Amino acid sequence: MQNANQTLDARGLNCPLPILRTRKSLGAMLSGEILELIATDPGSVRDIDAFCKQTGDQLLSTTDVSGEYHFMIRKA
Amino acid sequence: MNTVPAIPPMDDLNALNDWFDRRFDERLAAREAAHVPSMTIIATKGTLDQAYPPFILASTGAALGWDVSIFFTFYGLELLKKHLNLRVTPLGNPAMPMKLPVGPQWLRDMEMDIPTSVMAITPGFEGFTSRLFKKGLQAKGVASIEELRELSVEAEVRMVACQMTVDLFGWKRRDFIDDIDDWVGAASFLPRALTADVNLFV
Repeated sequence: MQNANQTLDARGLNCPLPILRTRKSLGAMLSGEILELIATDPGSVRDIDAFCKQTGDQLLSTTDVSGEYHFMIRKA
Repeated sequence: MNTVPAIPPMDDLNALNDWFDRRFDERLAAREAAHVPSMTIIATKGTLDQAYPPFILASTGAALGWDVSIFFTFYGLELLKKHLNLRVTPLGNPAMPMKLPVGPQWLRDMEMDIPTSVMAITPGFEGFTSRLFKKGLQAKGVASIEELRELSVEAEVRMVACQMTVDLFGWKRRDFIDDIDDWVGAASFLPRALTADVNLFV
């Protein structure tokens, strides 16, 4: 797996904060760079997927590490 | 670039039809790809619970890359005040669950069934439930209204205030945050809503 260029810790935050922070982080990154997002909001699993479909960013992987969700997102 | 097929001879109607349909689909797809979705929200409520939907939806829409405007009218204008003092009460709001956000789990799970008459005569009941509500939001990691409003402004959500309401309630513009884009009436906001993809009344 590719390494992330940046990591965003959104643990303990609830909807819609993980999405808003993700947007902000991606906004400051270059096209093709990878953001690793860590969240604990169970709703983020569906929401991050829907977010990426809408923005065109690529959700490379979603892994559940004992209740923490790790997302790898490649900026479009 | 798409390769445009040659126009068929003018007397071949079937081929002309197919050619036209194909071009039409191509043009339509190009237009859809370039389209920025837009959303207009009308916020009419000024209680702590009802303050959430407009700001959550607006900031999320903006995060998705949409062009978002909120028209604040009547009690919704409370949400644009510099100093927010939003409250919530289960009085006249029977759907609101009354649960303690703190304490042992068995206590937190318990739904407190307080008769309306008791709520109505208990001094400070509204302040008490508002504080509990805020505690619950904090405990669950839900953002404060101030934070969501700031994030919305940052994400370039257009904040539009209803001038008529401001006059009606005798408020001053200095009572409100500086980030208001426009002070207008319904006739100025509706044309924006007309062309929006999503219209919500909260």
